[in-house]
Amino acid sequence: MLTAIPSLLGNSSLLPSRLQMAVTLAFHITFAAVGIGLPLLMVISERLYLRTGKVHYRSLAQKWSKATAVLFAIGAVSGTALSFELGLLWPRYMQITGAAVGHLFGLEGFAFFLEAIFLGLYIYGWDRLPPKGHFWCGVAIAFFGALSGWLVLGVNAWMQLPVGVQLDSAGNVTSVNPFAIFRTYAWFTMALHSTLACYIAVSFAVAAVYAAGYLKGRRDDYHRFAIRIAMTVGTVVALLQPISGDLIAKFVYRTQPAKFAAMEAHFETSRYAPAFIGGIPDVDSGTVRFAIPLPGVLSFLATGDPSSEIKGLNDIDRSLWPNVALVHVSFQIMVGLGVVLMILGIWFALATWRAGAGALDSQRLLRAIVLCGPAGFIALQAGWIVTECGRQPWVINGILKTAEGVTPYPHVWPVFIGFSALFVVLSITTIGLLRYLARSPVGSGKQE
Amino acid sequence: MSDQTIVSLAALVALAGLMAYAVFGGADFGGGVWSLFATGPRKELQRRAVAEAMGPVWEVNHVWLIFVIVVLFTCFPRGFGALVTGLFVPLHLVLVGIILRGAAFVFRGYGPSPAASENARASGHYARWGTIFGIASVISPLLLGAAFGALTAGEIRVDPAGRVRSASPVPWLHVYPISCGLLALSTCAYLAAVFLVVETTGQLQEDFRRRAIFAGTATASLALFTLVAARMEAKWFFDQLTAPMVWPVIAAGMIAFAGSAVAVFARWNYAARWFAGAQTVLMLLGWGMAHRQYLIYPDIPLAAAAGPRETIVFLLISLVPGATLLIPALWLLFRTFKSPSARTMHS
Ligand code: HDD
Ligand code: HEM
Ligand code: HEM
Repeated sequence: MLTAIPSLLGNSSLLPSRLQMAVTLAFHITFAAVGIGLPLLMVISERLYLRTGKVHYRSLAQKWSKATAVLFAIGAVSGTALSFELGLLWPRYMQITGAAVGHLFGLEGFAFFLEAIFLGLYIYGWDRLPPKGHFWCGVAIAFFGALSGWLVLGVNAWMQLPVGVQLDSAGNVTSVNPFAIFRTYAWFTMALHSTLACYIAVSFAVAAVYAAGYLKGRRDDYHRFAIRIAMTVGTVVALLQPISGDLIAKFVYRTQPAKFAAMEAHFETSRYAPAFIGGIPDVDSGTVRFAIPLPGVLSFLATGDPSSEIKGLNDIDRSLWPNVALVHVSFQIMVGLGVVLMILGIWFALATWRAGAGALDSQRLLRAIVLCGPAGFIALQAGWIVTECGRQPWVINGILKTAEGVTPYPHVWPVFIGFSALFVVLSITTIGLLRYLARSPVGSGKQE
Repeated sequence: MSDQTIVSLAALVALAGLMAYAVFGGADFGGGVWSLFATGPRKELQRRAVAEAMGPVWEVNHVWLIFVIVVLFTCFPRGFGALVTGLFVPLHLVLVGIILRGAAFVFRGYGPSPAASENARASGHYARWGTIFGIASVISPLLLGAAFGALTAGEIRVDPAGRVRSASPVPWLHVYPISCGLLALSTCAYLAAVFLVVETTGQLQEDFRRRAIFAGTATASLALFTLVAARMEAKWFFDQLTAPMVWPVIAAGMIAFAGSAVAVFARWNYAARWFAGAQTVLMLLGWGMAHRQYLIYPDIPLAAAAGPRETIVFLLISLVPGATLLIPALWLLFRTFKSPSARTMHS
């Protein structure tokens, strides 16, 4: 994260502003991911209830709707913090971004409205709406949640590939083509990858919660159904994720050579470029220690041709390097955990195919599911570190350096410290509350 | 359409969002205020009435604020940065208030309640987050109102190079901004009380009716006081308010306010709800008309703050399909939880 130490010294608000952004975004994405992923599991469960009449499915949907209600609220307030922070901490950035892609935030606003409306109807409407209508409200939450994530990803894709905007020499936006971003392939791939990531993160985490209960002896249908729904969704999506990841990697290679080289710790421009498994890059000597090289694989992943030449960091101006070690290690964590979750999913699928419901008699499988509970969320955060820190020193790639975008306001440290403390308190309370909700019996679904 | 018209339309859209936030979001903040100041034998029932009224709708009402911010930074990007930089401190405090208000509301609502389990930790959790919910509901409108006051008073100055400074060290700590903050707070409390009268019955209804009368009196006095303070500290704005185009709107707002007061006394509860909403909308319309030339008085006129035409046009056009989806959905939500039939069904 501290890629630009020299320029940091010149402006005392830069470091705390970046940290503040990182903390707020990391906090928000955790809840946003739940807001996208949990409604999906919830409506699947409610659908199964409507089809089979088994009351456990209804109880699960109700339990998950309560968790969604709590987590959505924290997601909404932290999102509000972000929309303030973007302007408060990065006024120059917002001046350009607002003019260029503010309309995407505008569309996102409608998605927020609709998501919140149907959430209100769903959570408080168990006894007031007809069952079918209630189910469709759930579908609307899942849809508009994914849509709001999809739209904000348009803004982030634009930061990687700022299309459709012209600036004058003073850095003011003079003309904009608001449709240009809609035609980029970057947006689609990023939004797809990120939406799938939310499903992965939530599914495996939910499966872990119920697998832990199962291990503790609560071996009932309620837990079995929960594990089955979550693991099925998680497995399917985990198998799709590398495909979308490959699409993004090719996009990054074409648009952001420095980031791509940093992700792969690729220093020397070469043909048959190797991909590394593991490894700690040493920036000063331009080498990677403790890595297993796979020759030609990087060239193949980037272009589809193992003999193609891939530009290395040494041919890129040093001042335009991101933090190579951070980006490389984060990338390895994301891909590594993605592979682990894929294997877990396949294991679960094979066990279920062979033993049916008896699959859950395997202590080893259950323990593995519990152990992998946080993996999806860690991969999600790691992927965002790749994207955001890999983009440094730019905040808007090629247009605005992060250091130029920051607020002139001198006292950002107290803000950072205060908000971090606030987020810690909110996290602890939320975890406590979720544990309480998990223990408490499912009522009629009515809230007090 | 001329650029001028488009910029005015964008400003109008932002103002409309602000009105919706003031009426709906404002009432939710007011609910928090009455939750904090719940008194008497029906203390807990009052709090529960507030929680039930807010539960299904507060998140939706909150999105209006996001909407306003998005319209501002999309349509007025050249002024937005200066605006928020000039109000860095109060806006951060408002933000803390907004975060804590929302979080505390769900923490209290979904956590262990003293009624369900008798242990001390449960009631500790409930009381603690209840208090935080109330205090945050007081702070947010107060400071947002004060930030507005500082803006209208011309406290935020921007030099030609774009550097922002304030006209005085703590621009929002003057008589006029503070009275704006108090006015915002009491308006929220008034709206909430009037709305809660509709949503309750019996003794509880009487409690909120008394609160409506109290908050209404406070709002009327603070409004007058704020006018006097504007005359002292924001002369240009006072002159605009009393200009030929604007004062009839303010007068209409006052009439609506009087109407709501009469309706509260006469127990025409639904009429009171409409009048109180109309009062808020008209007052903000008056504010907007008085302020129509500027994003930041006196250095950033609206036109100078506006961004490229194409983005604004896109945003304005997207309002049509957006509203087409939004209005029926909002109608469904409010009909399900706020209509007279929903109330009788519930009780
Ligand atoms: C559950 C989480 C998760 C998993 C298992 C994966 N990813 Fe990922 N990845 C993300 C979650 C994520 C993300 C949501 O955090 C990012 C950040 C930005 C984005 O659009 O998605 C991301 C970004 C991201 C980027 C950088 C995009 C950029 O900088 O613009 C690449 C190249 C990949 N991913 C590739 C992969 C590959 C090849 C995977 C193979 C298994 C993979 N990801 C699994
Ligand atoms: C939600 C998932 C996201 C996470 C976890 C995340 C993470 C981060 C991190 C770690 C930084 C600090 C980078 C550094 O300074 O080295 C950062 C900066 C930033 N991000 Fe993101 N980001 C996310 C999504 C987004 C999106 C969708 C946007 C745009 C709308 C965005 C806009 C920014 C901006 C403006 C900065 C500050 C400037 C900079 O440091 O480049 N981020 N983010
Ligand atoms: C990849 C990154 C992001 C994703 C996937 C995402 C997704 C979501 C989702 C699903 C919600 C609904 C609330 C919830 O489920 O908890 C939400 C709320 C919100 N997000 Fe994000 N978001 C991202 C980044 C951002 C950024 C950078 C901003 C800043 C402008 C932002 C602003 C908001 C706001 C204002 C809300 C509150 C809406 C409400 O009140 O309902 N989000 N986000």
